[in-house]
Amino acid sequence: MTDVGDRLDQAWRRYWPRLVAGLAARFRDLGLAEDAAADAFAAASRVWPVRGVPDEPMAWLTTAATRRAVDRVRRERVRARSLPLLLVDEGDDDDDLLRLVFTCCHPALSVTSQVALTLRYVLGVPTAEVAALLTVAESAMAARLTRARAKLSGAGVAYRVPSPEELPQRLSAVLSVVYLAFTRGYAPRRGGEVASVEVAADAIALGRMLGDLMPGEPEVRALSALMMLQHSRRDARVDADGGLVLLPDQDRGLWRMGEVAEAVRSLRGLVRAGVTGGRYFLEACIAAEHCVAGRPQDTDWRRIAGLYARLEVLTGSPVVRVNRAVAVAEVEGPQAGLDLLEGVDGLLPRFHLLWAVRADLAGRLGRRDEAVAAYRRALESVTGAAQRRFLEDRLARWESQPEGS
Amino acid sequence: MKYALLLYGREEAWAQASEAERAAAYAAHEEFGRLLAARDAERGGEELAASATATTLRRSGEDVVLSDGPYAETVEQLGGIYFVEAADLDEALELARACPSEVVEVRPVVEMAGD
Repeated sequence: MTDVGDRLDQAWRRYWPRLVAGLAARFRDLGLAEDAAADAFAAASRVWPVRGVPDEPMAWLTTAATRRAVDRVRRERVRARSLPLLLVDEGDDDDDLLRLVFTCCHPALSVTSQVALTLRYVLGVPTAEVAALLTVAESAMAARLTRARAKLSGAGVAYRVPSPEELPQRLSAVLSVVYLAFTRGYAPRRGGEVASVEVAADAIALGRMLGDLMPGEPEVRALSALMMLQHSRRDARVDADGGLVLLPDQDRGLWRMGEVAEAVRSLRGLVRAGVTGGRYFLEACIAAEHCVAGRPQDTDWRRIAGLYARLEVLTGSPVVRVNRAVAVAEVEGPQAGLDLLEGVDGLLPRFHLLWAVRADLAGRLGRRDEAVAAYRRALESVTGAAQRRFLEDRLARWESQPEGS
Repeated sequence: MKYALLLYGREEAWAQASEAERAAAYAAHEEFGRLLAARDAERGGEELAASATATTLRRSGEDVVLSDGPYAETVEQLGGIYFVEAADLDEALELARACPSEVVEVRPVVEMAGD
């Protein structure tokens, strides 16, 4: 029984996006595609334990889903006639998944809607879970998804892969949505729980599929490597009480080194192919440096500081500056880190990590009052129970010490 | 599909524009019109007079209340409309990008059956 359950889980992860994508192309209706795919999986969970897993699960699911979709169309024909349909270009079946992803990530939608549609329709995350991941009420999320779907069909967004000229810009939107979906899996939730391992794993699986479909795009592979490296630390990020464990304090024995090795191999392949830059490539290289250090003191901070410097040139992002300051502080001392943070607060007024880093660096220089003030600023903007607890602990430790100790 | 391109802009800047600036703006619109014609995408359109010349009617039951001015007082005002034919939103957005206006709202036109 559990074996069939595992096979169902695997089938879900492997076939759900392709199933929805194929149905959406055929029936030109995202909501119908999604309902029919869900029906097919419901049927599989009833039939497979009794009759066994079919030899070709994808073909079985496609047949079941298509039958359900045709039934629904027949039942709803009168109503359906008045509804706008997706504009479907002629295209290869292999393109269906890409069409679905590019349509869900169309720039005519708000970024939040893009992320919500991708979670819901590409990754098959239930609406209640999408709502929790994006921290809105379920009813509001359901309404947002309905509106976004209506806009796709009503505004005439074509269900297609962008032309080669449009691709770079459109692909970068897709990658940021996939990465956002992944990081939402790790973001603090209402319950204070830190990670939704399932969503993160689904985003990684999607990244891999996109990499296979677009082999000529190094940033897709780089993003996959980045997500894999971050995910390899999932068991070490949280302690038994649900508290956050920072990188230097993590039990490295809990890191999944097989996944690290796979990601590093993939990055080496990119380097051999002549890749030297790109946002996700640089971020993945930084993550790899952390993951291959056997102990925290083995970390090559000089290389990491150099990679952050390149990333900062590429993105101009003040968040990258904060991370670079952390690395530089490790190489040249806390004061060098603090110097790099001069003037950054104006650009990141509500970024708690900036203040947490400031507090840590000031603390390492023995400047108690500065550290206490910075921890208080960090606590003003932090969300998420685990992070809050961490900052409160640090603040309490400094408050109990006299200046200069 | 047919789309409306709703052109918004700051009227004050237009009112203060020199003759040469106005001529340049009209030339840009003529150029845009030629682009639409070349792609057989042109489906009409007009420039609107300043919003200060607008009168707005609001019905409430049997009554009609007139007010002096446009429906909404905003910094950028609706100043013109183009109707264009495009295969999909991406093509409509491509045309909107070529349209010489500060702000362009792209809206699909509802086409009645039998059109």
